[in-house]
Amino acid sequence: MSDEILDEITASDYKYGFTTDIESDKVPPGLNEEVIRIISAKKNEPDWMLEWRLDAFRIWNEMEEPEWPNVTYTKPDFQAISYYSAPKQKKELDSLDEVDPELLKTFERLGISLDEQKRLSGVAMDVVVDSVSVATTFKKTLAEKGIIFCSMSEAIQEHPELVRKHLGTIVPKRDNFYAALNSAVFTDGSFCYIPKGVRCPMELSTYFRINEAGTGQFERTLVVADAGSYVSYLEGCTAPSRDENQLHAAVVELVAMDDAEIKYSTVQNWYPGDAEGKGGVFNFVTKRGLCERNAKISWTQVETGSAVTWKYPSCILKGDHSVGEFYSVAVTNKYQQADTGTKMIHLGKNTKSTIISKGISAGKSHNSYRGLVRVGARAENARNFSQCDSLLMGDQCGAHTFPYIEAQHPTAQIEHEATTSKIGEDQLFYCNQRGIGTEEAIALIVNGYCKEVLNQLPMEFAVEAQKLLEVSLEGSVG
Amino acid sequence: MLKIKDLKAQIEDNQILKGINLEINAGEVHAIMGPNGSGKSTLSSVIAGREDYEVTDGAIDFDGEDLLDLDPEERAHKGIFLSFQYPVEIPGVTVSNFIKTAINESRKGRGQEPMEAREMLAKMREKSALLEMDKSYLSRSLNEGFSGGEKKRNEIFQMAMLEPKLAILDETDSGLDIDALRIVANGVNKLRSKDNAVVVITHYQRLLDYIKPDYVHVLYQGKIVKSGGPELAHELEERGYDWIKAENA
Repeated sequence: MSDEILDEITASDYKYGFTTDIESDKVPPGLNEEVIRIISAKKNEPDWMLEWRLDAFRIWNEMEEPEWPNVTYTKPDFQAISYYSAPKQKKELDSLDEVDPELLKTFERLGISLDEQKRLSGVAMDVVVDSVSVATTFKKTLAEKGIIFCSMSEAIQEHPELVRKHLGTIVPKRDNFYAALNSAVFTDGSFCYIPKGVRCPMELSTYFRINEAGTGQFERTLVVADAGSYVSYLEGCTAPSRDENQLHAAVVELVAMDDAEIKYSTVQNWYPGDAEGKGGVFNFVTKRGLCERNAKISWTQVETGSAVTWKYPSCILKGDHSVGEFYSVAVTNKYQQADTGTKMIHLGKNTKSTIISKGISAGKSHNSYRGLVRVGARAENARNFSQCDSLLMGDQCGAHTFPYIEAQHPTAQIEHEATTSKIGEDQLFYCNQRGIGTEEAIALIVNGYCKEVLNQLPMEFAVEAQKLLEVSLEGSVG
Repeated sequence: MLKIKDLKAQIEDNQILKGINLEINAGEVHAIMGPNGSGKSTLSSVIAGREDYEVTDGAIDFDGEDLLDLDPEERAHKGIFLSFQYPVEIPGVTVSNFIKTAINESRKGRGQEPMEAREMLAKMREKSALLEMDKSYLSRSLNEGFSGGEKKRNEIFQMAMLEPKLAILDETDSGLDIDALRIVANGVNKLRSKDNAVVVITHYQRLLDYIKPDYVHVLYQGKIVKSGGPELAHELEERGYDWIKAENA
């Protein structure tokens, strides 16, 4: 590819870089027990929740920030971050009319009109802006089926027994540095419970958005699918342009009980930093699900944003005959760094897992796949298939694959396939010759390359993801 | 339609075309023959606008416009089509999606509306039948896992869909068995009209038995050293290229 084209790739600007003035209720920067007490008090939390947070904080204090990911960055100054920021909007909202018009404008600029979403797709959304949920829709329809879909804060108040039972069981407080931090300071997130045998009639969706300079966002999501239930959960996010780095350290826990199925889809588009690699979001996320007998968890992610991403949505296949899937597209451009993949832990008999990972690197970025497939000593007839493909654009980016395989049972069948390819001059010229300009050609080639993953996304999300891929690599071209 | 004047082109300081003169009018079929390395593929790449080649002198005029000023896709929009000697694979992009994008981007380039889906589909059916291609073929990934013959047939299918003014077939006969050759040639012949022109680049007389040229040119060491009627191709078939080389030594 010519230098000119490469320059244009790296010149692509972040389309969603703007800020909205919403009055914020903010705690001064810094982290100590007092701050945690303030957060807990502001949220009017019960004592057990406060104790849980304080315990996590003590654990975190003893931990060290991990060094093993294949990324380099300036470590965040945890004392310079404000750990709580809520739009000043205390009263419960029944309709969109009551939502701050500025906030609605923000969504409109993102092309995510709630109204339209509601009307066209029947998607219920729990919108998280700077840590507090401000609009929850379709609650009534869900309530009729006994489905609980609300903010984590609300769940702690309204359904403490469910939260207490499951919170931290899949991702324990001491799991890792950022999980411990999240446990101590998370301000909100989503909670979802699907009762026994219920098939959730709509896609549940949350749009995350960091909206306050210098505010770390610590989301906590817990999805519990009771025996024989099904839910498809969508998570998407965009973040405004900032000079300083913003930290995003979320924890997502999924519980799929016997015969249950959870499909969890993510489109991630946090601010990646500018053309010089300045700014951008640090995205250090812990996502994990537990499958009981005959249960299935499917992670699908399209990751295009963040300056540094560090994320491994994983499945613990505890129950016999359980199934774990991971479908991922990770795009890095400019100076972005991504170290992402999955862990499939086979514990039960006849468990199956599939990993399809598609990395795309452009500019001066680095894109690593890191995956673990572990077959435990009692996991008879466990099967895994992994396919890790890398696509390179230009000659200044890097793609890396770190597959770890640990098989402790002789019947384990583990397959790993990997390819690396380049969008070549030949492909582009071929498209050009047929009348397709270089920009459209790259979009076409990239979408073809990611097809297996995009096909896993719910329809309306797939369209959005496709658009996002195009935007991320836009200007990739002359 | 196409006027090439004293065209010189190089790749990495290696002069390949050393002054090509060629005029092609609507309704004509020209064959360009010549030994390996004589510059045949370079000529087609330069006409199509491949960036690797640097034009150092001369001009290409297409319907009164300076072709060298245009990007490859703009040339395609004007009606220039190149059937590749080695068509590329694009995994995950179906033949139908690819050709749909190609047609609509070309229409956009010409300021036209996208083609109606129904019309597109009907056209795909018609042209794939013309090239005796199985229906399943349209939903396969472009050229991925295609045999040599399938790739070439796919090129001519795209040509039939795009209906170019000037089609350049770069060694379309290589890798084809006799049945595929007949099908491909038939596809090309169906496209011929008084309004368009075809340039056939080949080593062998074989293809010219099916696609009858009006003119035959011999390219040797970056120049057209001989031009004639169809009989020249037969002469080359019988005598090989040595006498051409000797004449130009």
